[in-house]
Amino acid sequence: MPYDARAHTRPSSDELRARIPGWGADLDPADRPSVPRERTDLVTGAHWDIPENQPELQPRERSIEHERLTPVFGTVAPLHGPSGAIRRFAYERFSEARAAHWLLLVLGDRVDAIGSHVSSVRQGRPDNMIAESGVLGERRYHPIASRFGRGRADLKHIWLDPLVFAGPVLVVGLMLVLRRPRGR
Amino acid sequence: MRAMVYRGPYKIRVEEKDIPRIEHPNDAIVRVTRAAICGSDLHLYHGMMPDTRVGMTFGHEFIGVVHEVGPSVENLKPGDRVMVPFNIYCGTCYFCAKGLYSNCHNVNPNATAVGGIYGYSHTCGGYDGGQAEFVRVPLADVGPSIIPEWLHEDDALLMTDALSTGYFGAQLGDIVEGDTVVVLGAGPVGLFAARSSWLMGAGRVIVVDHLDYRLEKAREFAFAETISFTEVDDIVVELKKQTFGLGADVVIDAVGAEADGNLLQHISAAKLKLQGGSPVALNWAIDGVRKGGTVSVIGAYGPLFSAVKFGDAMNKGLTLRMNQAPVKRQWPRLLEHIAAGRISPRDIITHRIPLEHIAEGYHLFSAKLDNCIKTVITTGE
Repeated sequence: MPYDARAHTRPSSDELRARIPGWGADLDPADRPSVPRERTDLVTGAHWDIPENQPELQPRERSIEHERLTPVFGTVAPLHGPSGAIRRFAYERFSEARAAHWLLLVLGDRVDAIGSHVSSVRQGRPDNMIAESGVLGERRYHPIASRFGRGRADLKHIWLDPLVFAGPVLVVGLMLVLRRPRGR
Repeated sequence: MRAMVYRGPYKIRVEEKDIPRIEHPNDAIVRVTRAAICGSDLHLYHGMMPDTRVGMTFGHEFIGVVHEVGPSVENLKPGDRVMVPFNIYCGTCYFCAKGLYSNCHNVNPNATAVGGIYGYSHTCGGYDGGQAEFVRVPLADVGPSIIPEWLHEDDALLMTDALSTGYFGAQLGDIVEGDTVVVLGAGPVGLFAARSSWLMGAGRVIVVDHLDYRLEKAREFAFAETISFTEVDDIVVELKKQTFGLGADVVIDAVGAEADGNLLQHISAAKLKLQGGSPVALNWAIDGVRKGGTVSVIGAYGPLFSAVKFGDAMNKGLTLRMNQAPVKRQWPRLLEHIAAGRISPRDIITHRIPLEHIAEGYHLFSAKLDNCIKTVITTGE
């Protein structure tokens, strides 16, 4: 078939309108709430020009691309320990444009996970890795029939998941082994 | 209160946390009655989003009842049933004033490239999410809306992200009457994008995935033609065959960072975290769309670089459109569609799991067991 400019064969609009509930209800772009993308006539409910400043009860890290701390911010899990030092360095030294910024934050995440596992062991309340992984639910969710014989593409890399899952635990185990004095 | 807590990649548990307190005069504290696990929560769960801290509670799809309000809150009062868009936004900054609520500049100190999102790492502001009994809702006069009496709570829940994002993705496609629209990904957002494409007047809607049960849902719920990319040699060639050798008018990427279909890309991004996301679906979109066509991206990607085929996009003269959905802008029209019976969002819900068993819910969703499409978390209301 030549690549000509004729319209392709498709069902007619009348046919689609009869078959598909609501077909064409938003055909007119004026009915589409995000058209145009930028609008200045929307009512938001805000009764301020700039929101009041949320009290900064402890120093809050921020991107160096921001001129100041934003008026509102989350306060979950403040920076602490070695992971906090890595994250603080990432925020204070590198902009969001630098790969180092994000790679350091990923490193901070891994150090955080390892540190949390170490803390849980030290506190005598080690993480219940099996329960936290959710695998105990497998028995209710047809693990074999769900996975095999269905052409799933993700089966090619599913064997890697336990390594990602257990990586921090293996690191903690290795650290504990290496801490033992030789000859014991 | 009981709350889901992140412990590291693939590890979460439920533990006791303090009930959140008013930290800003326009905060509200909402008692969560229903939450959902979103496909993008899996990026956090798999450790892909930088600065995801141990101790954080995920969950950006939730509804609930106002428990307490700060002194400057005027539009809500305790006892109001509210649905809360996943965007946290101020309503008045340079971007909010243009309706770009998902790009608010006043709520996320950690990054300028993304706005604030509940329970979505410190890269998105460091706010706890709604997979808990209570959640802090900042700028409560702007984000939440009271749930209409007639609206089913499951539908309200899905309006807080999945439905609004899918609907927004179809709008980004600038669909005109008779267009052929390809939707990559048959998860909740992809299903809603496919269904929404018909509202915009699409002539054909084709959904691509590799999970047979999701493709079946795409045929049944979204009236779409379907292709399993594992059953064809090359999905781009197949899309060309389906479109007279030209490509689709519009392709919507509703997959994002953990796309399958290319083992090297998936492992480098999803396992080794060396890319912001596996760009397999995005590259298929670029190569599968026609010259001069439009690619709409609503799948979530991380902030690191990804190996995207930008040369093809340039040479084909494509329009690439993308954003996190400004959720609340979608609501008035979506409520009209639901009220008119044009769409029933809750039809995609497959599982309900109590908060105490949320670790199993994440595993179920992540491993795609038991024909899971959408999981709702209940909090013992």
